[in-house]
Amino acid sequence: MTDSLLIPIIMTIVGAATPILLAALGELVVEKSGVLNLGLEGMMLIGAVTGFAVTATTGYAPLGVVAAMIAAAASAGLFGFLTLTLTANQVATGLALTIFGIGLSALAGENYVGQTVDVFGSVFPAALAEHPVLRVIFGYSPLVYVSLLLVAAVSWFLRKSRAGLILRAVGESDLSAHSIGYSVIGVRYMAVLFGGAMAGIAGCFYSLVLTPMWAEQLTAGRGWIALALVVFAGWRPMRLLLGAYLFGAVMTLELHAKAAGFSLVAPEFLAAMPYLATIAVLAIISARKAGKSLAPACLGKPFKPSS
Amino acid sequence: MSDDIKPRIELKGITKAFPGVLANDAVSFKVEPGEIHALLGENGAGKSTLVKMIYGIMQPDAGDIVWDGEPVMVANPKAARKMGVGMVFQHFSLFEAMTVLENIALGMDGSISQSKLEAKIRDVLHTYDLKLDPHRIVSTLSVGERQRIEIVRALLLEPQLLIMDEPTSVLTPQEVAQLFETLRRLSKTGCSILYISHKLHEIRDLCDAATILRGGKVVGECDPRKETPTSMAEMMIGGNLKQISKAASREFGDDRFIADGLTIAGEGDFGVALDDICFAVRAGEIFGIAGVAGNGQNELLLALSGEEPSSPADAIRLDSHAIAAMDAVGRRNLGLCAVPEERNGHGAVVDFSLTDNTILTARDRMELASNGIVHGGAATTFAGQIIDDFSVMTTGPGSLAGSLSGGNLQKFIMGREILQNPEVLIVSQPTWGVDAGAAAAIHQALVDLAENGSAILVISQDLDELLALCDRLAVINEGRLSKTLNVGEATIDEIGLLMGGVHGDPFATAEMTEAVHAH
Repeated sequence: MTDSLLIPIIMTIVGAATPILLAALGELVVEKSGVLNLGLEGMMLIGAVTGFAVTATTGYAPLGVVAAMIAAAASAGLFGFLTLTLTANQVATGLALTIFGIGLSALAGENYVGQTVDVFGSVFPAALAEHPVLRVIFGYSPLVYVSLLLVAAVSWFLRKSRAGLILRAVGESDLSAHSIGYSVIGVRYMAVLFGGAMAGIAGCFYSLVLTPMWAEQLTAGRGWIALALVVFAGWRPMRLLLGAYLFGAVMTLELHAKAAGFSLVAPEFLAAMPYLATIAVLAIISARKAGKSLAPACLGKPFKPSS
Repeated sequence: MSDDIKPRIELKGITKAFPGVLANDAVSFKVEPGEIHALLGENGAGKSTLVKMIYGIMQPDAGDIVWDGEPVMVANPKAARKMGVGMVFQHFSLFEAMTVLENIALGMDGSISQSKLEAKIRDVLHTYDLKLDPHRIVSTLSVGERQRIEIVRALLLEPQLLIMDEPTSVLTPQEVAQLFETLRRLSKTGCSILYISHKLHEIRDLCDAATILRGGKVVGECDPRKETPTSMAEMMIGGNLKQISKAASREFGDDRFIADGLTIAGEGDFGVALDDICFAVRAGEIFGIAGVAGNGQNELLLALSGEEPSSPADAIRLDSHAIAAMDAVGRRNLGLCAVPEERNGHGAVVDFSLTDNTILTARDRMELASNGIVHGGAATTFAGQIIDDFSVMTTGPGSLAGSLSGGNLQKFIMGREILQNPEVLIVSQPTWGVDAGAAAAIHQALVDLAENGSAILVISQDLDELLALCDRLAVINEGRLSKTLNVGEATIDEIGLLMGGVHGDPFATAEMTEAVHAH
């Protein structure tokens, strides 16, 4: 009896957490390089519609995911050109990218509204993936496992690899990195493109796995939650994992409470829970002075080598 | 000099222009293998631009760089390092939030495992007897310790040409002696050294040759061993150097600024705790605090200036006021002004105009703001007055603080505080990275202020500066202050040993002095 309630809840939490985890992980790398890309929501939508369109046309979902990554990374590349090469303001450009993504995805997705596609198959045998209890471990889309592997990979990359060290250095002090001889702009382009590709996977997780269909503004502001999550996690990949599942749980709570006819507080209040939780946790984090922040010192500052 | 030995590096007609300035104008000179070559010039003479081109950070507009007889194009610092050029920067290129080890790893080309690198670093630290913990986060280190990172980073690359930009400004005399020993040893192995410093007697001790720049042009060459510091300074300025004029015997008033048992717990893991700090600065006196970076100077400055209020309130007194619990604004209103060590971001906001920067500290004493409204005209006038009185080289009060060279900004900040005519002035590293002419002007201004009856506290690692400037001094070591010494009676060796931490024990000091002399 408890299984029949608990297992769907856990699976919904994982489903809700995975896309914001993917998007936030990309943004974390971008921000570690010193760039603030507020266009996450827009890039996710571009990824969502591209992934859906390609899958609907070819009938092959992995191709859709790759196409989503390329399309979202291309939009990130545009952001990079504006902010890195032309040193436009990152905040304004990021917001513009979101608006652009909303509009472009709505236009491109017009003919796909209402269509359905074949969803991802499981990588595990049906005996495991559809087992009433074991499906809580084996019953997810391959993208869920990919997201967990990527958390470990990004964490390792930032802490242990030389390239990760250089990336952090660029985000920490662009002028110092430049004077030692690293290409600040080059590193930031790579990070921004990576962030775009990750947002693309996150977006098509909605259109290919969760719903699976296309509708305007399918991501429903989840990109903003992913942005908050990066701060929430203090720019640490492992905490990001924790935070994403926590947010996933809070979002799921709302759905299940509504379904269960829970009426003690207004449903709007429950819907606001993820955001209230963000504010509360951010306040607690910043009140604890001892816990040093890993915020990159150059976050959002355009790099203009003076000489 | 025979012709068959090719110079390690030769510059031919190097020219570099920036909008509005010709930073280098047909500069030519050469450095032989194993030669320690000094590059002299005032702030803004073009030394930094020149070495940046050798290190590949900038490209010359015209002229050639010839390396071991081959003309080369130094495309970027990586290419420079590959060629064998190492560099210790004046403004450190460090990453605050990272460890010493990570910072050094970033300066190395090619991958090397952290443990191997750490072993190599410990090796270099041991060889040159430098103290540095590879696992400390840079933001917790003092300026002196940060510089050690740069030095170690350069030495690890086993360079053929080492460029050192102001390397000794933050070292004790013993450390300077050690560094010179290191550099001489390095030069004997054939490594050339291009040495930039404002400390002319050091150049006389260390260097084999010198090229003098003024306004971007080579104006002379000399053998520093045959010159005096004054003669070299005059070549740099192209005029006569003013000596500090200080009345031979001076009358001091009552104690005006007193620390009495100031004790503060260390902040975090890396802060230095201040332990029972006691001193008294009399009216008209310049009191010095010597010591190696990272021994509590920063904490002391914060406690004295009011950035970090402390208790009990009477641990710091200004005349009859107990001020230890007051904040900086309260103390400013009583007439206590302070100049911190770090110019950018602490002493001045780099993205603000000079006018706006005056409002930050002088708004009450100079009446630049009242009832919440800023008097822009008064502030501009005050900024203009600072620029005139302290010969700050800038386009005007409206230019950004960040656009000034280090020495000029320092003159401006010093001027801003001195012209407020403070009762007590606390200054940390008043002439760090400032050229001889500007340093003399700053020193003179401090002496003049003291003669008007202000009490002045100078925290500096430059012993020569303290000895020239101060009436009395004490040495800070690991958060504790030594007994007060009269400057006339103290020797450099004695003070240097106190810096090393032999606390108030005359026998130990004497023994160590002998030990030093025996070597």
